Amino acid sequence: MGFLTFKGGIHPDDGKCFSKDQPVQTILPKGDLVYPLSQHIGAPAQPLVKKGDHVLKGQMIASASGFVSAPVHASVSGTVKGLEQRFSPAGTKGECIVIENDGEYREAEYEPVKPLEEMSRDEILEKIGESGIVGMGGAGFPTRVKLSPKEPENIDYIIANCAECEPYITADYRRMLENTEELISGMRVVLSLFPNAKGIFAVEDNKKDCIDKLKSAVDDEPRMQVASLVTKYPQGAERQLIYAVTKRAINSSMLPADAGCIVDNVETLIGIHRAVIEGKPLTERIVTVSGDDIASPGNFKAPLGISHQELVDAAGGFITQPQKLISGGPMMGFAMVTVDAPVTKTSSSLLAFKGDEVAKSKETACINCARCVDVCPSRLVPSRLADLAQRHDEDGFVAMNGPECVECGSCSYVCPAKRQLKQAIGSMRKTALANKKKK
Amino acid sequence: MNENYNVSSSPHIRDRIKSSNLMLMVVIGLLPATLFGIWNFRHENAWILVVVTTAAAVLSEYIYEKLMHKPITINDFSAVVTGLLLALNLPPTLPWWMGALGAVFAIIVVKQLFGGLGQNFMNPALAARCFLLICFAGRMTYFVYDGVTGPTPLAELKAGEAVNTMDMLIGNIRGTIGETSVIAIMIGAMFLILMGVIDLRIPGSYIVSFVVFIVIFGGHGFDPQYITAHLCGGGLMLGAWFMATDYVTSPITSSGKIIYGVCMGLLTGLFRLFGGSAEGVSYAIIISNLLVPLIEKITLPKPFGKGGEK
Repeated sequence: MGFLTFKGGIHPDDGKCFSKDQPVQTILPKGDLVYPLSQHIGAPAQPLVKKGDHVLKGQMIASASGFVSAPVHASVSGTVKGLEQRFSPAGTKGECIVIENDGEYREAEYEPVKPLEEMSRDEILEKIGESGIVGMGGAGFPTRVKLSPKEPENIDYIIANCAECEPYITADYRRMLENTEELISGMRVVLSLFPNAKGIFAVEDNKKDCIDKLKSAVDDEPRMQVASLVTKYPQGAERQLIYAVTKRAINSSMLPADAGCIVDNVETLIGIHRAVIEGKPLTERIVTVSGDDIASPGNFKAPLGISHQELVDAAGGFITQPQKLISGGPMMGFAMVTVDAPVTKTSSSLLAFKGDEVAKSKETACINCARCVDVCPSRLVPSRLADLAQRHDEDGFVAMNGPECVECGSCSYVCPAKRQLKQAIGSMRKTALANKKKK
Repeated sequence: MNENYNVSSSPHIRDRIKSSNLMLMVVIGLLPATLFGIWNFRHENAWILVVVTTAAAVLSEYIYEKLMHKPITINDFSAVVTGLLLALNLPPTLPWWMGALGAVFAIIVVKQLFGGLGQNFMNPALAARCFLLICFAGRMTYFVYDGVTGPTPLAELKAGEAVNTMDMLIGNIRGTIGETSVIAIMIGAMFLILMGVIDLRIPGSYIVSFVVFIVIFGGHGFDPQYITAHLCGGGLMLGAWFMATDYVTSPITSSGKIIYGVCMGLLTGLFRLFGGSAEGVSYAIIISNLLVPLIEKITLPKPFGKGGEK
């Protein structure tokens, strides 16, 4: 039983049973591969290839264009078809490098790796930066930047975000079971950057098998521990996770490093292991394909850039015409406009649903039931914030701490009046943050 | 392939509970008290008053919305709750048309004129009860049980007479239709708590602060017999569990709910011990309803990371 938690939160049906017990299958792409230049927070990558170029698997095809940016690598060998405007899974169009797969999967020659003990701090960070690793839980913040706080000796905790609190997704769960060693190794690399830090694997207590497996694996790792968390959404939200594990609280104007913490997702840590220990760039990730409209849900090791359509095919196709496709989890993921969007560094899952609960629910008047207040992990008053947002009262919104919202969607989930609380608060929050920057 | 997928902002899943489910559960929670009241006052034909009052509430909501060209919202059961609650707060001998008039006042004046569901600042059923008390003071305080007219046990208690607390628990006493049986009320309240419709924050702080008040000022010290009689008498239980917990007219903040409960407890104690009437629950609740915006203002929670995380 886990006791570590935060105040608020919800318990949606977790839907993990669909794909939980399906071992990871590798899929090879049949069609073209599409690589958005902007798969991360920060400046889009700069393309290094042009139409007609031949590229190898693992070759850098776009480079980081600033400190907060990340390069992109080809996940197959083939020919560059050009730069095109394509849909991202989030529904926006952006510039993408399109590569025709030659089916040979010839890999680029990687620089030989040095043992971890012989690498300097800068060499490790350089390696992580060059591998194109970003926060793969969904945020997409370049990992190299995250691992370069001003005073590394002040970092007390490296928290591996193994919560996976979003319903349906089991990608991290499979990683923890199938790639325990790589996960621990990734943590070892990160710990080598922070002399005073402890490594904590924070797992929700519905993943008992992962907790046991990780616990026995960290037995001979004096700097690592496993923490069992209460199963509750949004346990994996960065601020809530840090609080659950360390009882340190940060607000919207602070970084985890201000509380002596750095949080990295499971997939990210495995990417770090592959980059620093094996010397390979980021070219693949685990994606859960699930939902009530997928014939045989499962977890797939997908090359980045593969079309979601191929993931659907690999999972046996749709049962009927789905009404809603979601990239990411049902709580914070994006509704997709087309299934022909590429898997990116932050695509943790593809969910297909026969019906759309949101379209079915009809909005009625707020009855002031306070359910949104009771579940808000940021301890806000969502119904009042949404009222202010709908009236475009930005000052009132800021005065009621609207910018502290983490957009977890718990308020919209519980609302018996089916109000689109998170949508209203989220859009006003973006306006308020943008205006704050201007000042 | 047809690619007309639905696109909307996250989250993409919703809890099953709807506002109308919650209202329906409140109606179910009121049923034990309602059925007991109808049986208890069968000689007075209390069922007619209950049916007429509830129907008048629903009908007036329907007609008002129809005339104002607003969407018809009687399916959300909120008018049923208001009408039923009002009926349970009326003496069984009240003429049916007075009940209907109260229901119309509750729905039209207190609820719809302020914007409908969610906008009223006062509990409609209680506001209507107070309205009827002012209009028809005699009929509203005329209590009969088994054909015998007399004061309610709470009035007897105030006059310093002995009361039978066991009868007050069971409910075979004089009083309004729904307030007499503490057992029936508690069965309904337990149901609402188990279904997650209400919680203990408001009724708990209300009842505890009321008890503290009468222990200090009641003149009987800590006398379990006296305290039980006060708790079981009058509208306290019905008010604390079913009317103080009305979502619309109670604070949205967690600590606000406690303060609101304490306000009601103190006012009820004040009215019962020092007021002219033996009763005090209705006025205590509607006065506290008026304090809600102020209570919310001072109890705005601190956000996470700024002290609110604990």
